Amino acid sequence: MFDYVWLLVAFPAAGAALLLTWGKESDRFGHLIATVASALSFVWGLVLFIGLLGRDGDDRSITDSLFTWFSSGAFHVEMSLVFDPLSALFVLLITGVGTLIHVYSIGYMEHDERRRRFFAFLNLFIAAMLTLVLAGDYLVLFLGWEGVGLASYLLIGFWQHKPSAAAAAKKAFVVNRVGDLGMALALMLMFAQFGTTSIQLVNDSVGSASAGVATALGLLLLLGACGKSAQVPLQSWLLDAMEGPTPVSALIHAATMVTAGVYLVVRSSGVYDASEVARTAVVVVGLVTLLVGAYIGCAKDDIKKALAGSTMSQIGYMMLAAGLGPYGYAFAIFHLITHGFFKANMFLGAGSVMHGMNDDVDMRHYGALRKAMPVTFATFGLGYLAIIGFPGFSGFFSKDKIIEAALGENLWVGLAALLGAGVTAFYMTRLMAMTFFGEKRWRDEVHPHESPRVMTIPLIVLAAASVLGGLLLLGDWITDWLEPVVGHTEHHELAVPPIVISLIVTAVVAVGVAVGWFTYGARAVDDTAPTKVSPFTRAGRADLYGDAINDVVVVRPTMALARGLEWFDRRGLDAFAVGVGSRLGELAQGLRRSQTGYVRTYALGIFIGALVLTLALMAVTF
Amino acid sequence: MTTFWIVAPLIVLASLGLLFARKAVHAALGLAVVMIGLAVLYAVQDAPFLFAVQIIVYTGAIMMLFLFVVMLVGVDSGVSLRETLSGQKVAAAVVGIGFGLLLVLGVAQLSLGPVTGLAEANQHGNVYGLAELMFGPFVLAFQFTAALLVTAVLGAMVLAHRERLTPRSSQAELAAQRLRDYAESGKHPGNPPTPGVFARHNAVDSPALLPDGSPAPGSVPDSLVDRGQVLDVTTDDVDDVHRQIGRRGEGEDEK
Amino acid sequence: MNEYLALSMILFTIGAVGVLVRRNAIIVFMCVELMLNATNLALVSFSRQHGNLDGQLAAFFVMVVAAAEVVVGLAIIVSIHRARRSVSVDDAHLLNL
Repeated sequence: MFDYVWLLVAFPAAGAALLLTWGKESDRFGHLIATVASALSFVWGLVLFIGLLGRDGDDRSITDSLFTWFSSGAFHVEMSLVFDPLSALFVLLITGVGTLIHVYSIGYMEHDERRRRFFAFLNLFIAAMLTLVLAGDYLVLFLGWEGVGLASYLLIGFWQHKPSAAAAAKKAFVVNRVGDLGMALALMLMFAQFGTTSIQLVNDSVGSASAGVATALGLLLLLGACGKSAQVPLQSWLLDAMEGPTPVSALIHAATMVTAGVYLVVRSSGVYDASEVARTAVVVVGLVTLLVGAYIGCAKDDIKKALAGSTMSQIGYMMLAAGLGPYGYAFAIFHLITHGFFKANMFLGAGSVMHGMNDDVDMRHYGALRKAMPVTFATFGLGYLAIIGFPGFSGFFSKDKIIEAALGENLWVGLAALLGAGVTAFYMTRLMAMTFFGEKRWRDEVHPHESPRVMTIPLIVLAAASVLGGLLLLGDWITDWLEPVVGHTEHHELAVPPIVISLIVTAVVAVGVAVGWFTYGARAVDDTAPTKVSPFTRAGRADLYGDAINDVVVVRPTMALARGLEWFDRRGLDAFAVGVGSRLGELAQGLRRSQTGYVRTYALGIFIGALVLTLALMAVTF
Repeated sequence: MTTFWIVAPLIVLASLGLLFARKAVHAALGLAVVMIGLAVLYAVQDAPFLFAVQIIVYTGAIMMLFLFVVMLVGVDSGVSLRETLSGQKVAAAVVGIGFGLLLVLGVAQLSLGPVTGLAEANQHGNVYGLAELMFGPFVLAFQFTAALLVTAVLGAMVLAHRERLTPRSSQAELAAQRLRDYAESGKHPGNPPTPGVFARHNAVDSPALLPDGSPAPGSVPDSLVDRGQVLDVTTDDVDDVHRQIGRRGEGEDEK
Repeated sequence: MNEYLALSMILFTIGAVGVLVRRNAIIVFMCVELMLNATNLALVSFSRQHGNLDGQLAAFFVMVVAAAEVVVGLAIIVSIHRARRSVSVDDAHLLNL
């Protein structure tokens, strides 16, 4: 059974190939093919997962070596797929959420004449993402890594007729290249140091390598993770990526692809276990992103961008957890999965709202939609409760565990994470209040309506998952399940019992909710964004000046350098080359005068030569 | 030695004629003097055979050939003395004087030792000695010179030969052409008047006279007209003729 | 002996300068002949100096070659004159195009 792990990748890959090569006649049913391909993958993943459950804890890692990808001298890469507890969870998350989003997209993209292409790209993404998480070799992982990058680029720019979408796609691609540079360098370092890029071998042997190598490897992989997971300092592309169709935002830029960085860090646990510095860097990156994302989420009026800020923030949580090492790996994955559920749920809910509001994304034009879209409101509400960590919901358990582990690691880190939880509660309450409560502020020509069944069913399923995701922690199931991959999850001995921490977190969340409600829910919201706002708000609206910083730090110096080089090329090198040429030309013009064509001139030359020769002879002789 | 000091200045003066003579004929004559002078110097230096060859080949054959070509292309075939290449004369003078001075000074410093003289080599006679060499060690070079001369003759023939591009016109065509010219430009179809027909002087340089006593155009070759060598046939001359004729006539009338 | 050589040098130089300054091809050719004769004089002089006839023989060969050269050279001048109506060496400067 496990010999056919590759079928997981093969189904969506075949779907993508089929849809991209088939002609127009597949327009009518192309989306169904893609959905079925994704669903088949999910079913097969489920079968494999159950098969894995039936095995002993020590026997739960299956490596399938399909073929030798390439073998060149000492460099040998197997196209190997690893199906183990970690990748099994990811497979289920990706194919499960992915299939639901396929179904949702059938309704969402119904009127788009290029729907078949959209589904082809979705399938391509699923295939690439599965390659990424199933890879047994960093190079195979890199293949999937670039594959999801490509799919992300294609889908962000799916509406390429919009200049903003095309620009956003380009931006995502370019920023991701910076991260990919880190990945590529990490690959080279692995090969130089260990002679292999196999994930297993690298993580096993990194402990025996020098600390410097482990740190370098950790930092390079972190750079790659930052690019893919939109972590500071490579966060700027994610907000612009919301230009893509909403299902794409839900699937790629919330639930799956952006969490690839977390997956990479967890997968490379051997590397991070070996380097304290790299782990600290991960914690810092996660913490900063957590706060930055939450800050941005507070300031945005665009519903998708507010959610995107939230996504950054939540991934910051995961990174933070992953950076805590053995204390946090399992919780990082746990939060990743629950986040995948509730964030996909909320993005799809936002898509449903937009669908009913003529694709308006400004929350200031919403208000009081709970009556117009009851199903969307209900499912979105459940997602909301999950993300703020309402007791009993999935986010409560996952976030709680991370804050707990952070507090055990370092008091200030824990407090910052706690603050993040409060801010999360605030901005999510703001979003809820502006969208579904208060006065109706929509335009007269807009007629909000509930979305069709094909869109609401995935919402309901995801909402259920958001609520029930916490069950994974039941009896420490998830930590035990992941133990073969990430090692035993240790626990800090805290000064206070965990229940107290949970209460504190809940209290902080309650404060956040209350502030949010009294600011936006109980009071009327302006129809247009107020322009006279504090510098803090303005900073948030400008994404905390992420683009400006990039502009000043990278773009302008690069442009200046390029201009300088161009100037040097034109005025220096070219001028030198041209100058040499024209001086030679002038010299030749001068010498040309000596070539009169008159025989007597040449005879004179000969005679002068004879004179000189005679002189020389005489000088030698006498 | 006396001979040398007499001949050498003559040779140098004559050779300078090559540089300064305005007419090619004068230059050729200067060169002939140089050749003869050199022949004398050969004779002085125990080279009687070369003396003879120099006179015969150079002065006799080559110089005649030069003069012949000078005549052929025109004695003064319009090569002006004005220099076209700026600085060429000055440069040539400077370099030439420098070169000459250098060589002469170099030779002056040379000490060649006592002259061996050719008494021994010429003991059977100079021609005999040369023949001994020519048909001995240098016989191959001699053969080559023979081949060279034959080749040169053939080359000269080829170069001087003019290929006819159009067929030679027949007499009928020439006559037709002449009448056509007369029709178009009024050119007289017949012969031009012969010189001196009605003249006192029966020579090519005296133009024929028309009945009114004026010279007939075209009766003297163009080249003589160009050179201004046409005899002046004044009216006085005609009167003179009249007078002579009249006196005799009167005398006859009287009879 | 040196005076013969000096005369030879002077004649050679005059010939060379003549080649440089004269433009009538015939006179240029005469100057070349003068240079050849100057070398002949030197050859004959050296023959006497060294006491053998090799120099005289060489001078003889020079004369023969000069004769051949004159024949061909004058033929060339005549044919050029026929084609261009000029014997000025400066008129043949087609290299300067």
